[in-house]
Amino acid sequence: MAFVQFKNVRIAGISAGVPKFVASNLTPSEDDGISSEYSPEAFVEATGVLERHVSNTLTTSDLCFEAAEKLISDLQWDKSEIEAIVFVSQTADYVLPATACILQDRLGLSRECYAEDVALGCSGWVYGLSNVVSLVSTGAIKKALLLAGDAKKRAKGSLDPLFGHAGTATAIEYSEGANGFKFHFGTDGSGYDAIIMPDGGSRNQVSADSFKLEEIEGKQMHRLQTHMKGMDVFSFGITTAPKSVKKLAERFEFNYLDADYVIFHQANMKMNNQIVKKLKLDPERVPSCMYRFGNTSSASIPLTIVTQLKGKFENRPTKFICCGFGVGLSWGTVAFVSDDNTVISELVEVEEPKEESKWM
Amino acid sequence: MKSLDEFVELFAEQFDETDASEITATTVFHDLEEWSSLIGLSVIAMVDEEFDVALKGDDVKNSVTVEDLYNNVKSKL
Repeated sequence: MAFVQFKNVRIAGISAGVPKFVASNLTPSEDDGISSEYSPEAFVEATGVLERHVSNTLTTSDLCFEAAEKLISDLQWDKSEIEAIVFVSQTADYVLPATACILQDRLGLSRECYAEDVALGCSGWVYGLSNVVSLVSTGAIKKALLLAGDAKKRAKGSLDPLFGHAGTATAIEYSEGANGFKFHFGTDGSGYDAIIMPDGGSRNQVSADSFKLEEIEGKQMHRLQTHMKGMDVFSFGITTAPKSVKKLAERFEFNYLDADYVIFHQANMKMNNQIVKKLKLDPERVPSCMYRFGNTSSASIPLTIVTQLKGKFENRPTKFICCGFGVGLSWGTVAFVSDDNTVISELVEVEEPKEESKWM
Repeated sequence: MKSLDEFVELFAEQFDETDASEITATTVFHDLEEWSSLIGLSVIAMVDEEFDVALKGDDVKNSVTVEDLYNNVKSKL
């Protein structure tokens, strides 16, 4: 049973960056890959995604960079004290090197810095959080950043109307006596092809055929786009997420119904409604941001906290349960109590870069 | 275990525009005008809730009639 607990560590703050541009699913453009199977209205009603912030220019690291700068400034952290950075994304800047290394330099962090990428999607914030808090919980590293999100893809293709772009930053700090974090993790690699970009890795190298369009679940897609077996993922989500929450509560002997907020990765409203119903949660305690931002992969949990909870909990101890699940198949749930001094930054809306000032 | 008739009724409830009288055990549901993968998600949710069975996409895709799907659910109980 993959349960872990880390103490003496706290979340100091959370921020999020999204592209300024908003694409509506009711008035799809040529860039949007809306399936011919149903109308835009039916899509919005069934998925719960009205619009998304997207960009053809800004990468995940651009969004995470802006979010991190804002958060560091709001926290008044001294950058020289940040000794670890973990970047969780499936849309890294380059196949290599790791984007975390690039961000160490771009953010002006010390060279005495632990930096790594984690290639996970919708479960990624919870996994990345476990990496960072495990590093910080001993007190050897006092301050660290978890950057998580997904944005501009590796290859041009139609935009999936379900997905939005976002990059988030979570600041983690050593704090003697803090309750810390309790985790449950799970993996089922037999479902590896439920969400997959078939080509571009070393299993199936990029070739001319990678760009041939095929019909995948009613949409024309090439093999450097993410293919998803929607019904399989839906079935996985509604069964696995509630079980993970229940297992965590059972192992650490708390009542999950006592949580002030239970935040799930948001993939599709129908799926999330079903999860809430199965756990008999009060919907008021289950905030969501997918109506305005879409499925934002590993950014969904921190983006929900920034856009839905800012001003509601920062000054009082608040019980959180957060659960991410998806591509892998991979899932993780964390329970923690935020303290009375959490900083939640205003959402950063990132402008398209001007041609001459484009970074790199 | 719910009966086939009850299953057909629950199945029909997942549609908004298709009248329940149009759906029977022998209906080839993929041919229904309103059928889409989004309705498929509702059917999977209904089966999870009513039968505690996790259907895969292929279970839905490979079933021809509503009765086929019922038998598939039954085989997983």
